[in-house]
Amino acid sequence: MSKRIDVSDLDVYYGDFLAVEGVTMTIEARSITALIGPSGCGKSTFLRTLNRMHEVIPGARVEGKAVMDGVDLYGKHVDPVEVRRQIGMVFQRPNPFPTMSIADNVLAGVKLNNRRLPRSEQEEIVERALTGANLWNEVKDRLNRPGSSLSGGQQQRLCIARAIAVRPQVLLMDEPCSALDPISTLAIEDLMNELKDDYTIVIVTHNMQQAARVSDRTGFFNIAGTGKPGRLIEIDDTSVMFSSPSQKATEDYISGRFG
Amino acid sequence: MAAVAGSETIRRGRAPGRVGNAIFRGVSSSAGITIVVLLGLVAAFLVYRAVPALLATREELADVGFMRGQSLLGYVAPLAFGTVLSSVIALVVAVPLSIGIALFISHYAPRRLAQGLGYLVDLLAAIPSVIFGLWGLQFLQPLVGPLFQWLSDHMGWFPPFSGYVGPAKNIMTAGLVLAVMILPIITATIREVFLQTPRLHEEASLALGATRWEMIRQAVLPFGRSGIISAAMLGMGRALGETMAVLMVLAPGFAMNLYVLRPGQHQSIAANIANQFPEAGALGADVLIATGLFLFLLTFAVNLAARWVINRRAEFSGAN
Ligand SMILES: Nc1ncnc2c1ncn2[C@@H]1O[C@H](COP(=O)(O)OP(=O)(O)O)[C@@H](O)[C@H]1O
Ligand SMILES: [Mg+2]
Repeated sequence: MSKRIDVSDLDVYYGDFLAVEGVTMTIEARSITALIGPSGCGKSTFLRTLNRMHEVIPGARVEGKAVMDGVDLYGKHVDPVEVRRQIGMVFQRPNPFPTMSIADNVLAGVKLNNRRLPRSEQEEIVERALTGANLWNEVKDRLNRPGSSLSGGQQQRLCIARAIAVRPQVLLMDEPCSALDPISTLAIEDLMNELKDDYTIVIVTHNMQQAARVSDRTGFFNIAGTGKPGRLIEIDDTSVMFSSPSQKATEDYISGRFG
Repeated sequence: MAAVAGSETIRRGRAPGRVGNAIFRGVSSSAGITIVVLLGLVAAFLVYRAVPALLATREELADVGFMRGQSLLGYVAPLAFGTVLSSVIALVVAVPLSIGIALFISHYAPRRLAQGLGYLVDLLAAIPSVIFGLWGLQFLQPLVGPLFQWLSDHMGWFPPFSGYVGPAKNIMTAGLVLAVMILPIITATIREVFLQTPRLHEEASLALGATRWEMIRQAVLPFGRSGIISAAMLGMGRALGETMAVLMVLAPGFAMNLYVLRPGQHQSIAANIANQFPEAGALGADVLIATGLFLFLLTFAVNLAARWVINRRAEFSGAN
């Protein structure tokens, strides 16, 4: 249930503005890849291209390739809807559907694929996904309450449950902890560690300790100046990146000299 | 720290900005009071003038020619029925259409086209209702006649559609004209609600692999639900009280039935008042005002019901 993605020479544009330039990287299966870098360097932009969520923004487009399973995600005959069903996403701010109960939130994606799911099967999926997101014990007695009745950390785990309920190949997370308190953050980091047995995970974070704690590989993005495109400076095993990066800029950033 | 303490103690007297705040509070609360007073005055007038009719004996009412010997309640009931029926027809037609137009404007049309369409719909709201009446009479009526005939011929087994008689001066035509009249206010309200759907929730849905239509059903429509109900009620309020269009299009009658394609069956309260008032005597006028009071209460009840529907699922509304 977990695949790798090979990105080659990817440029991302917003209209005429080149936001990210020339990214080439391999995102390994069953591991956590962290993307770090100063804000505005295009981490979110790059992440969103991996499941074609950039297309939601008018004028946004890519050049280059991202290949999963031998298929170019941007290929002419590839449906973005299909890509997103394989590559799930968790956002910076928890965004459960406020009009749905906790259980319905978990089932939101599943029901897109399969309208008439027998009740027993629905319950099974809800329990599996919520257990997978370390939330089951906290909410099992109030599955019919609105998703917005949960705390921020719980809401974010609900969003993770919603994303994994459809059993995607890859899970993208854009600063999933930046709106959360330290305890909820730890809960989600623990969860990521468990999830990587089954999923390929890419996480954007501007918290370097977090990258060091959770990820197997780390990619460093940087930007030469405002209006210039963001670039991937280097990507390597996290231990290497944090002890002996090959680029000066990486070392400066990691040691806190800028950013 | 010590140096700062002296200058940063809490000042005595009024803080700057207090005056502006007081003015604003004055203006907004007097506006609020004004609306309550106005409403109270209208209600008081209605009640004051309706009382003679409410207290009148059967014999006194028998002198009011247009009542044809009925009690006040017996007189109001078919009018209220006709009023509600025409409004319901208008809503059934206008609400789905409005949702469609609003969705198109907010989520499908390219920005330019969306703007143009928006203006067009708003413009529709600026047309006086007499014009809608004329339009209904001269344009819509001949147009829908054959359609109604066909409906009656082929679906006449469904009683409401049976027995069409031309020309189409029936409540269906009146309801259609009303539908066009309330379309702009409903569409404009719903459009605003749809445009306010949080991007966050739209993206949540798309990221799950929803198509645009699925996203709309998952994020936009549920979020807009209470707004849709409010918009429908706004439209219904207008349809309930609309006079001219109904007066001009409908051949009136005092029956309580669902034969929507037959002329001379129904009449609305407002159109009836306009129709009878010029020739009504003193008590007759009071009777008509009593029917007006009834319309007032009806509209009020509709709004209360809408509130209730909206509040019932407030927890899931996204407002918290
Ligand atoms: N929707 C958008 N439209 C136009 N430009 C955008 C949009 N989103 C981001 N950008 C620009 O793209 C660059 C990268 O932004 P982003 O990917 O959000 O950076 P990061 O996530 O690393 O902070 C920035 O210059 C930003 O202004
Ligand atoms: Mg970002």
